[in-house]
Amino acid sequence: MKFDSIIIGGGLTGLVAGISLQSKGKKCLIVSAGQSALHFFSGSFELCSAPGDYEDALATLPSSHPYSRMGVARTLELASGVKDFFLSSSIKLSGEDKRNHFRITPMGVLKPAWLTLDGYASVPSDRKMPWKKVLVANVGGFLDFHSDFLMAGLEKEGVECIPYIINIPELDRLRTNPTEMRSTNIARALTGNVLCELASQLSKAGAGCDAILLPAVLGLNDPENANSLKARMDIPVEFVATLPPSVPGIRTQLMLKAHFQSLGGTFLMGDTVNEGVFEGNQLKGIKTVNHADMVFQADNFILATGSFFSRGIKASSTEVFESVFGLDVDYTEERPQWYSPDVFEKQPYMEFGVRTDDKFRVSRDGNVLSNVYAAGSVLSGFNGLKDGCGAGVSILTALDVADRIANGF
Amino acid sequence: MNKEINTSENNFEQCIKCTVCTVYCPVMAVNPDYPGPKQAGPDGERYRLKDPEFFDEALKYCMNCKRCEVACPSNVKIGDIIQKARLQYSSKKPGLREFALSNTDLMGTVATAFAPVVNGTLKLGAVKSVMDVMGIDKHRTFPSYSGEKFVTWFKKHAQASQQQYSRFVTYFHGCYANYNYPKLAKDFVKLLNALGYGVHLMDKEKCCGVALISNGFKKKAMKQAESNLSQIRGAVGAGEAVLATSSTCSFTIRDEYEHILGLDNSDVRDSVMLATRFIFKLIDSGQARLVFRSDFRKRIAYHTPCHMEKLGWSIYSVSLLKMIPGVEFFMLDSQCCGIAGTYGFKKENYPYSQKIGDSLFRQISALSPDVVATDCETCKWQIEMSTGFSVENPISILADALDVEETIKANK
Repeated sequence: MKFDSIIIGGGLTGLVAGISLQSKGKKCLIVSAGQSALHFFSGSFELCSAPGDYEDALATLPSSHPYSRMGVARTLELASGVKDFFLSSSIKLSGEDKRNHFRITPMGVLKPAWLTLDGYASVPSDRKMPWKKVLVANVGGFLDFHSDFLMAGLEKEGVECIPYIINIPELDRLRTNPTEMRSTNIARALTGNVLCELASQLSKAGAGCDAILLPAVLGLNDPENANSLKARMDIPVEFVATLPPSVPGIRTQLMLKAHFQSLGGTFLMGDTVNEGVFEGNQLKGIKTVNHADMVFQADNFILATGSFFSRGIKASSTEVFESVFGLDVDYTEERPQWYSPDVFEKQPYMEFGVRTDDKFRVSRDGNVLSNVYAAGSVLSGFNGLKDGCGAGVSILTALDVADRIANGF
Repeated sequence: MNKEINTSENNFEQCIKCTVCTVYCPVMAVNPDYPGPKQAGPDGERYRLKDPEFFDEALKYCMNCKRCEVACPSNVKIGDIIQKARLQYSSKKPGLREFALSNTDLMGTVATAFAPVVNGTLKLGAVKSVMDVMGIDKHRTFPSYSGEKFVTWFKKHAQASQQQYSRFVTYFHGCYANYNYPKLAKDFVKLLNALGYGVHLMDKEKCCGVALISNGFKKKAMKQAESNLSQIRGAVGAGEAVLATSSTCSFTIRDEYEHILGLDNSDVRDSVMLATRFIFKLIDSGQARLVFRSDFRKRIAYHTPCHMEKLGWSIYSVSLLKMIPGVEFFMLDSQCCGIAGTYGFKKENYPYSQKIGDSLFRQISALSPDVVATDCETCKWQIEMSTGFSVENPISILADALDVEETIKANK
């Protein structure tokens, strides 16, 4: 079976690359070994950890960082198109021009954020809190949202918080299995008439508040239920991230995938690439577990398999390796240097990843593969957690590589 | 490179408790009595390994759709863990209902002989009441039985003419095509013959055993599986691929025989496949060509059965359907239709079964296609009963759209 491009990995990076290529008329296949890290999405994409202006901060990143390797100008140019890119998949993001705003973590801490999903509570770059008094509502029995932490955090910022527990009979049935009272199950129950009941409870309890903060448990498949609740209320309702699974993350994944498929892309879910068919320094095709002897051929390939968490990069007791093709990996040889004993310190292993040339092309046994690119977390040279740049690297390197493939540079 | 180090066969140690599987479980979404794949699978397994007393009979609510496995980012065989636990630890002995629902060959043979009577009585109120007492939901209509089994027809009308071909495939027709809907099997023969392949049947094909496995009859399932494997080995030894038209039969023989029943099928697994994969590969590699009628027009919506999703093979059926020039094609969202074989026939599961399929039924009704295409017979029953739209196997649609004469010429 022949495609123009094959993308290995169906998370944020793979889908952004796939949509970008497919909308440029390239026939794409995405192979995904299970669901992605978008299921842990905070509701905000991060570009870097600088509070406020980020343009200067990007210039101070080490030369190994994917942004530095693309160049600050190119990074900013790509970044400027991201809002519109997501809007083409009906995903509305908001953010300030060249300045980070702040997202609110489930622990009530403010963290710099680049673009935030529509409907999420956020704080502008001047850190001026948008509310004096809020109702912090939680669903009774829901274990993945801890309003006490959130309230403590907000009160530190000078916001008066009123706690409220939502009790709706339709949700009681879910409590049969306390361990399974999860965001996604609540999202499925909060629909139709239940939304009317929720709106009336919140309106009453939130009287006199500037806003109502709700755990992000509305709208699993589309933003309709969230919008419908807001339309019923006079007080603004804003969402705060829960612990996983992330309802807005799943919605984002579903909408990106649906857009990719509506453009004509092919998505294989739950399949694993287990062999590459190489000819010299070119990859000609791949084989997968489900399709055995069927070779999926393409002109170009993008490796978007993620890092350790998504199993794109693996470690044994002696080495760090790339899991699909055994590609060259950047890492320090001595195992004691892989990690720092203080868990809160910057961990060196977070920067391990595949070695790429100036066009993000990968190499094997020291030889660059001329038609295989890498993008996103599988790349080496950055610490997505500490530098707050995981989503930025995923989205921007995916766009960069897709652009290179489509326009041949 | 993909082999995990120090793990059980089902990889349960690899579970990182990410909860992704719980998002895609169709049962959990509608029935809070089911503990969900994470709890029922890898989490519960840790307890059960310590003490079988921890087994929870609520695991019976698992439909074995394997959508948890498709979603799992850590390659944990969640569905397998649950099915094996049910067979190993459940103290509930299967009853008359389970026997009747899962012994498809016995029921099929008897019913075919008395087809007009059986088809009539299965619709009678009195019979439905008896079924109701047995615990089979009264809303369900059993698929009607054909007066002549496919195998009988084949021997009478088709077997002799197969000798003219020089290449052969073996057809695993399954219970449904044999007892209930021989048209599908006849369409398969028509299509393969047009492509220049003769069709062989196995001497003694037995039900693949999927219903026996899900209803707790492990020993009987093992016996049938061993018999089928030995027959399949014969066919594969003669150089023939073994093709099925049911995604569940294919999946059961390829995966469940090994993962659930512990039988080694590695020597023949790659040769057992869905007919659409076989045909697509022939066309993709330039070894065969399909020529279609120019007057064929249909709006077709494809539904991905759960076991098809697990196999990952809908791409073959879909690609073939899209090759028909007069087809306007729609891909339905991949989700469970709710029936899961015998699961949805059980009275206690019926309401959940319908709730699971609800959004699919609504999507189909909104699209209003001429026909829904799917590779699974029980999905067909469920969708036809719940939407009123007719459902056909892609093989039947291809056979219907085929210009037989031209295809024969093209593959001479």
